[in-house]
Amino acid sequence: MTALPPGDALLLAVILFSTGLAGILIRRNLLFMLMSIDIMLNAAALVFIAAGAKWHDATGQVMFLMILALAATETAAGLAIILRLHARGRPSLDADTGNLLRG
Amino acid sequence: MTELLLPLTVLAPLAAAVILFLSAGRLPARQAGPLATAAVGLSAIISTLLAVIVLSAPPSAPIRITLWNWMTLPGFPAEIAFALDPLSLLMILIVTIVGFLIHLYAIRYMQNDPDTARFFGSMTLFVAAMLVLVLSSDLLCLFIGWEGVGLCSWLLIGFWYTDPANTAAARKAFLITRTGDAALLCGLLLLATRTGTLRIDTLLQAVTSGQIPPAPLTAVALLLLTGALAKSAQIPFQSWLPDAMAGPTPTSALIHAATMVTAGIYLIARLHVLFAATPAVMTLMAVIGTLTLLMAACNALVQTDLKRILAWSTVSQLGYMFLALGTGIWQAALFHLMTHAFFKALLFLTAGAIIERVRHERNIFHMGGLLRATPGLAAAFLTGAAALAGLPLITAGFYSKELILSSVWQATFPVGGGLALSGHVLWSLALAGAFLTTLYIFRCFFIVFSGPPQTEISGTTPRLMTIPLACLSLLSLLGGIVEMPDTLAPVHLFTRMLDPSHPLPHTSDPAWLLLAGALTPIAGLALAWTLWGSANPVIREAPVPTPGAHRVLTARTVESRWRPGIVPDALFLRPLRILNRIGRYDLPDRLSDSISRALCRASTLAAQTRTSLIAHLSSRTLRITREGSLLLGRMQNGRVRWYAAWIATGLCATLAAAMLA
Repeated sequence: MTALPPGDALLLAVILFSTGLAGILIRRNLLFMLMSIDIMLNAAALVFIAAGAKWHDATGQVMFLMILALAATETAAGLAIILRLHARGRPSLDADTGNLLRG
Repeated sequence: MTELLLPLTVLAPLAAAVILFLSAGRLPARQAGPLATAAVGLSAIISTLLAVIVLSAPPSAPIRITLWNWMTLPGFPAEIAFALDPLSLLMILIVTIVGFLIHLYAIRYMQNDPDTARFFGSMTLFVAAMLVLVLSSDLLCLFIGWEGVGLCSWLLIGFWYTDPANTAAARKAFLITRTGDAALLCGLLLLATRTGTLRIDTLLQAVTSGQIPPAPLTAVALLLLTGALAKSAQIPFQSWLPDAMAGPTPTSALIHAATMVTAGIYLIARLHVLFAATPAVMTLMAVIGTLTLLMAACNALVQTDLKRILAWSTVSQLGYMFLALGTGIWQAALFHLMTHAFFKALLFLTAGAIIERVRHERNIFHMGGLLRATPGLAAAFLTGAAALAGLPLITAGFYSKELILSSVWQATFPVGGGLALSGHVLWSLALAGAFLTTLYIFRCFFIVFSGPPQTEISGTTPRLMTIPLACLSLLSLLGGIVEMPDTLAPVHLFTRMLDPSHPLPHTSDPAWLLLAGALTPIAGLALAWTLWGSANPVIREAPVPTPGAHRVLTARTVESRWRPGIVPDALFLRPLRILNRIGRYDLPDRLSDSISRALCRASTLAAQTRTSLIAHLSSRTLRITREGSLLLGRMQNGRVRWYAAWIATGLCATLAAAMLA
């Protein structure tokens, strides 16, 4: 199996990150925003993997595992917030309706 | 032992001043007076201890203590250092003992004032500044005390600051003495550039060894003399002292007796070696002193305000001291300074007690007949008046004035170019001044204490106020026996103590000189009795004010009051009138007026500029803040996506900056 060249891996990571960022900025649906965050995290993780592959270092893969755990907790917390919103009588997935913190 | 005690003399009043100023409003008013009095009393006890130590075993050299280095300059030592020699010992004794008695008196005098803490704080600071002035062994350090004394006089003259007249008087005193301070500072700087030091002993050595050429030395002497004249209210700076009566009476007593005006005398006595090297300046000093003593005595003769009479008499007595300094007998000047401190403090404190008893009436023509109602105060005032007049044998003033007069008779005053002013001229003028002194002070005494009563007399004088009066009376009577003319008894304790190596020559005084000095006050007393005192006095009514509020007493009043007298018009009145006019319309007075007006205008202008500038700045700040807050507030819209966008933008910007840099 030929390894993905680092340059290509970085390019892929940039594309993934931009997709995720665009998703966060454009979509108003909370579920899609959570998914976009996951995509961005995966982009970061991909950079770690690529770097680890390039320098033959296992640290990159360790960092990937940590990011995986982080993504899982983040998704869990995000979904829990959405469920709590439902439980408190705000059955909306629109992120822009929750702007109580406006200045 | 002495090294420890000497700084403590200054520290005690200084600490009290700091405590009183910091605790103003928190310390009960009842405690402020005793605290200040205790501090000055402690200082007096330490001074007495020092006197005992020094006099029992006279040290060969002055005791010097360097407290700390003020600043380090290449080739110029500036240190805070004290020195104790007989001269400064005498001064600290006068300042602390008379100051203590005045403080003791002020406890009761000021007890109903709402601002007791501020008053006593200023008073103790005054004493501390004066002690620094007389103790410092370095002219730069002396200047600190000199300025401190000026500041405190300003604080105290304008103590009742709600009355604009009082603040005007305070400002006048401050500005006029400040003129002299500027001259003094110039003199000091000139000295420093010439000798590279301001340490007094090194400086005087440099002068005696002829290190300074005569022209700069004369300039220095003139500048220092100007400073001393302004501080001691001599011609042409005399006008601030009578106005300084605006302050509370204990303040007047302190300014006139123990602190402030004696500073000029002390400065010249301290630097007498320097002045001895410039005979022309000495002559000038003597002439100014003589003119001042005559002018002030004439002014005192026509005043109606009790405190003003005493103020002019101080100016006059300071004139005697300057005459003595100009003659070169600085010991006599200090002797007169000491006795004057006693009797002038006594007179002022008695006057304060009298004024309080007659419901704050200060016009002597509205008093009268107080002898029966207040025999104690009358006795105290009589003692002070007798000492001021120098009634022979029984009063301290006689011995000190006699010492000055007899020395002036024998002296000659070089004018320059081989000419010299004979001492006989100044002696006769000074004798005339002594006659006038007796006349005006007994005029005051007879008008206040004899004749029909004119006012209601209320209350009693509290015990705490009579004790200082009794002490000062005793000192006024007996303070003179430490120095006597040879004709009476060969007692020269005072001059021996001050300067053991150079005793004053008394031996050649003819006896009639002493007799003249003794008879003049008696003649003055007799005339005063005829004019104002006897059962049907020649003059009983107040002088008539001429139009113009501030020219209450001009030459015409003198004339009308002198008409029934025996003195020919042209011989006596013309010079008096001219002197009187000098006293009234003097240049520094005008100058200080115009300066204060200009200052007032400038400060108004500055205030306006400041106000408009601040208004502009504040409105600008307000607008920027408001708009900025709106802008920033719009950013906080509570929408998560916007925040994310901001974060992304910031990230991009940071990255871009990092890349481009």
